[in-house]
Amino acid sequence: MKRWLFLAAFLVLVGYLIGGGIWLHPFGVPARDEMDRYFIQNAQAEVAANNVVTSIVFDYRGFDTLGEATVLLAAVVGVALMLRKVKG
Amino acid sequence: MSVVVRTVTRVILPVALAFGAYVIMHGHLTPGGGFQGGAVTASIVALLVVVYGGARLKGAKGWFAVLEDVGALAFVLLAFLGIGATFFRNVLAGSGGLFGAPVPQLGPNPGALDTAGTLPLMNWAVGLKVIAGLGSVVLLLSLFGREDG
Repeated sequence: MKRWLFLAAFLVLVGYLIGGGIWLHPFGVPARDEMDRYFIQNAQAEVAANNVVTSIVFDYRGFDTLGEATVLLAAVVGVALMLRKVKG
Repeated sequence: MSVVVRTVTRVILPVALAFGAYVIMHGHLTPGGGFQGGAVTASIVALLVVVYGGARLKGAKGWFAVLEDVGALAFVLLAFLGIGATFFRNVLAGSGGLFGAPVPQLGPNPGALDTAGTLPLMNWAVGLKVIAGLGSVVLLLSLFGREDG
């Protein structure tokens, strides 16, 4: 019984992955490309940076980067807290 | 570690340091940036910990704490520069001052370091933060459980 259950789950997973490979969305044709077009057309003029990825990370979505920096800070604080010297 | 490892470390240390600084400094021109370059530079700390042992680098803990604070504060202050319009507004871009040189509106250009407004400064802030953060994590992990840690 358990074995058949595992087999069914395995087949479903394999079918899902194969189907995902077959019906994969074509590369380079996004469903909505308004944001992409906007960034590509205007990032150089607005941020004056050649690297559009950096201009998105630090300008358009800077708040996201602030969160990433906070995650790093939380990780460091967690490690420092866990591995501190305890008296006694 | 053996003398071979120590010698090789001394040779590649400046190279890795220069590469990390390059990746941080050119974050607004080439692939990379503060996080990536900071990770490259923090790998030097990991190398030093492996080769020389964490006890010899114990004094760096305080410096890392200061660097982390400076990086985080600089990042938030640079974000607050643009609070007149929005948080994270790039006020220095194209203003003609520091990092304010204009670039062509669209298309390729040689790429000047003196562009992109607050982006290079933020890259440095985040780079300092990542160097100090990852470096202190590696150092604390190496010092854990030691009597002299």
